[in-house]
Amino acid sequence: MYSQALNERVEGPRIVEDPEKLAAFQARIDAEERIEPNDWMPEAYRRTLIRQISQHAHSEVVGMLPEGNWITRAPSLRRKAALLAKVQDEGGHGLYLYAAAETLGVSREELYEQLLAGKAKYSSIFNYPTLTWADIGCIGWLVDGAAIMNQIPLCRTSYGPYARAMIRICKEESFHQRQGYEIMLTLCRGTPEQKAMAQDALNRWWWPALMMFGPPDSESQHTEQSMRWKIKRFTNDELRQKFVDATVPQGLYLGLTFPDPELRYDETTGHWRFGKIDWEEFKRVLAGHGPCNRERLAARRKAHEDGAWVREAALAHAAKRRARERAQRIAAE
Amino acid sequence: MAEAKMPLWEVFIRSRTGLAHRHVGSVHAPDAEMALQAARDTYTRRGEGLSIWVVPSAAITASDPADKGPLFEPTASKIYRHPSFYEIPEEVGHM
Ligand SMILES: [Fe+2]
Ligand SMILES: [Fe+2]
Repeated sequence: MYSQALNERVEGPRIVEDPEKLAAFQARIDAEERIEPNDWMPEAYRRTLIRQISQHAHSEVVGMLPEGNWITRAPSLRRKAALLAKVQDEGGHGLYLYAAAETLGVSREELYEQLLAGKAKYSSIFNYPTLTWADIGCIGWLVDGAAIMNQIPLCRTSYGPYARAMIRICKEESFHQRQGYEIMLTLCRGTPEQKAMAQDALNRWWWPALMMFGPPDSESQHTEQSMRWKIKRFTNDELRQKFVDATVPQGLYLGLTFPDPELRYDETTGHWRFGKIDWEEFKRVLAGHGPCNRERLAARRKAHEDGAWVREAALAHAAKRRARERAQRIAAE
Repeated sequence: MAEAKMPLWEVFIRSRTGLAHRHVGSVHAPDAEMALQAARDTYTRRGEGLSIWVVPSAAITASDPADKGPLFEPTASKIYRHPSFYEIPEEVGHM
């Protein structure tokens, strides 16, 4: 999902852990205890979490770009205020998550550096362009909808600071999805041109939204370990199916069709069956060759570089003030 | 070139009068004043608070999880610290 590249092996030297400590750790996990920052944890658990939480944080931050693209062109003040608030929330989500990752002994600067250097992954979905206003509706409805599906079980993830960040995030996400669906509803009840715009957006966003849950279980070698550590509570395919089941009726209510000729309701299981996902496209986008990968990273880099003088000046100002206060204190003594 | 690191602050929020400030997370900021502003933007976008404290993370001294046993276990045997340890005849009524 927001950390789709979890299937890759975590790099770093192999560490042989003390089997007694490992067993005690697993017993705590099995007993549904939360692991807190200073507790003993296997190095692989720490690395997996750092990677997952930082990918998640990067996704929130890069995710501001496709929607930010429409803030100045929102069709009304109401829509503009809502979109602005949503994008601001996503920035906040990034901050909660970087802070959670920092409790594992990395710095935000280090993680951000990895993103800007193109060494870190973020969700493939944000490498698609937002061509029309209907795309903003689709992102809220589908992308935030998929995010919620993934994030609700993460509120019970075994690492305490991550779980707490997810609880805050989930509280805020529901507005995101509702505002997106409301945009879709308004377009679908509008002129034929507006409805066609909504249909076109759904056609383009549907498959990338399904890819957000990551590769199929048959190809996710690390899912098992993450499930044993209760970092993950559902597999990629389980979450994807939940999302499809929840979302298809919402799309049908809008009077839209899904770009999947194989989509059908399975009476016996009660699930919506969908066609084959183009995993080659997924891999391409994740590897940096999606429609907007280069643009997204360039925008983040520019924002970071343009803000450098502000951070520098703020630190210099704080240092100067501290020095002045110290001098006054000494003079008063 | 690596930039200088922004100091880390722990954020505590009082959600209603009458309640204690509670830890909600952390922010990076160059000084206390900006930490307060960042905490306001990050943690109180929906009326979550009436008051904010920010504390330099480096100023917090924490107990070591490895000392959990010696620090907290002795109280488990001191059941006489709880009211249920004492027997009062029913006729006396609620006490
Ligand atoms: Fe978010
Ligand atoms: Fe969101």
